[in-house]
Amino acid sequence: MGYVAIKGGGQAIRGAEDVLEALRASEGMEGAPLSIDAIENQLRLLTSRIVSEGGLYHPKLAALAIKQSQGDTLEAAFALRAYRSTMPRLMETQAQDTSKMRLIRRISSAFKDIPGGQMLGPTYDYALRLMRLDLTDESPEKFRDIARQFLEQTPEPNLPDTFPKVVEALREEGLLPQAEANEALPFDITREPLIFPVPRSAALATMARAETGSLLALAYSNMRGYGDVHPTIAELRVGYLPVMLPHPITGELTEAGEVLMTECEVVAMYEDDSNHGKPTFTLGYGACFGHNEVKAISMAILDRALQKGMKEGASNPSEDPEFVLLHVDGVDSMGFASHYKMPHYVTFQSDMDRLRTTQQKHEDSKNTKMGDAQ
Amino acid sequence: MSVTYNFGFMDEHAKKEVRRSILKAISIPGYQVPYSSREMPMGRGFGTGGLQITLSLIGADETLKVIDQGSDDSVNAVNLRQFVELTCPGVNTTTHLNEATLIQSRHRIPEVPLTPNQTLVLQVPYPDPLVVVEPSEDKRKVMHGEADYARLLVKLYEDIVKFDEITISHRYPTRINGHYVIDPSPIPRWDVPKLHNSPALILFGAGREKKIYAVPPHTKAEPLAFDDVPFRVESFNDAQGNRRPCERCGATDSFLDEYINEDGSKRYQCSDSDYCDTVLAETKEAANA
Repeated sequence: MGYVAIKGGGQAIRGAEDVLEALRASEGMEGAPLSIDAIENQLRLLTSRIVSEGGLYHPKLAALAIKQSQGDTLEAAFALRAYRSTMPRLMETQAQDTSKMRLIRRISSAFKDIPGGQMLGPTYDYALRLMRLDLTDESPEKFRDIARQFLEQTPEPNLPDTFPKVVEALREEGLLPQAEANEALPFDITREPLIFPVPRSAALATMARAETGSLLALAYSNMRGYGDVHPTIAELRVGYLPVMLPHPITGELTEAGEVLMTECEVVAMYEDDSNHGKPTFTLGYGACFGHNEVKAISMAILDRALQKGMKEGASNPSEDPEFVLLHVDGVDSMGFASHYKMPHYVTFQSDMDRLRTTQQKHEDSKNTKMGDAQ
Repeated sequence: MSVTYNFGFMDEHAKKEVRRSILKAISIPGYQVPYSSREMPMGRGFGTGGLQITLSLIGADETLKVIDQGSDDSVNAVNLRQFVELTCPGVNTTTHLNEATLIQSRHRIPEVPLTPNQTLVLQVPYPDPLVVVEPSEDKRKVMHGEADYARLLVKLYEDIVKFDEITISHRYPTRINGHYVIDPSPIPRWDVPKLHNSPALILFGAGREKKIYAVPPHTKAEPLAFDDVPFRVESFNDAQGNRRPCERCGATDSFLDEYINEDGSKRYQCSDSDYCDTVLAETKEAANA
């Protein structure tokens, strides 16, 4: 009799790899491999999602991760995150000034007219979600013409280098409290585990690389009634943020490159101030790599909800730091959900032993009772 | 675009951090040491905690054995072993327990007692035994600090009231060195006594939950029980009360896996494949002699 236990694992893994690869190329002779550049540009929002959830700003590697994972966002972010583990931490960046962002989009739903003006930019917000059948067999010539024509028709922009932040105006008016100078070093979630209670910087960092859908679900629960944030978007901006790092020799802040980012600030209705200070609005902050508006908004709402939870205790799941921060990471949650596919023979054997023992005792006691009755 | 990897995949700072956490875990037996836990290129829940310990400890002079459910050839064990071979060039791997210096395992402790020059690394999905009675980690930390396991004992007591049995099968809460109670990872009850006064160092790695803990060599490990309800391991007796043997090697002292034949009848074999092979070889040798 052969050994029927879990045998042939190595062969099975190789077979699985082969069939996955075959499915990736299943267009056969008609097919052309996806180029990394095509993914990065034509699937730019997907790439954005992966750099954000992967917690590593490397759009090229993100595009590669999308390609090799056949478009699975959880898998792709995971591959990028694992690559991140191989890299040492070289330095801490100082707080970056987002008013210096090179904007592609900027809106406020609080004010009609904001200093610097509203700029709708690239968004699907007001698009009719009808099927664009003309894209089904797009000719390469026509495709290449789109960007050229757009640039030809766009007048030379006359834009300032920086746009003031809407929240600054609210602060000047006394509607928002002044930002407190925070000298504490930010909490690095990649080098320290979360031990509760955690500072707000740990919460923000965790949410910045959280899985988009998880953040949205928890933020939505707060919006719908399991919470009371009732947010107004003071400002949502998308653009390229110059990353300023100290020069290795002179120490002078020098632009090392730029990252595409989404930043959102929500303002929520004021609370009773227990210290009898002047009542003000409260602020929720969201920011992440890439162009991910729903994620940044969800994060801002949860930031506001968590601040309330940290101060007064949580009355809803979205206000509980442990509940939110330990359940929004895509790599953690998808990994654990997937692990249930692994064999659990030993633990199940152990479970059956308990159940059979309990069942036997149940039977025995029933028989004894019947015996007593007779 | 090119990508090269360090020996052991993780950067040296990360490996050093894991080793420091291990030292702390050994110094405070059973205490769950939080550590930052890097993402590994396999799924969280597939042994990334154990793997980070293995990769941080392994050097070219080590011989590694990887088992999953007792078997060296299960899909996950093969996967982890191949990853170590890929990222740690020069390291030896084996399926024989007596050749191994470092053993990474999921759900089982080998049947043959470990030796002082071996280290066992167990993969852990849930590091905290108190999670069944208290969802907040913040509160659980205080309970552990005060060795306040009253609610856990009440849970065991309630089981006895309801079922006349403690229903916890695997992951049996075990008190280490008289203070901290650990979740010994999903090993069956059968393996829990092997923790007690083990000559080998036993390390526990929970990657997703970011915790490392240890049962150092020659340390007390006592499963929670009551004076009148002693701890019992799984029974492999048949209806007549006779101990079932492994149908392959004949051993009557090993944890058995249950198989269902095509005709619906049941069959039992050793879960520890290396042990099964060893017993089988010895039986053959004895027969030939």
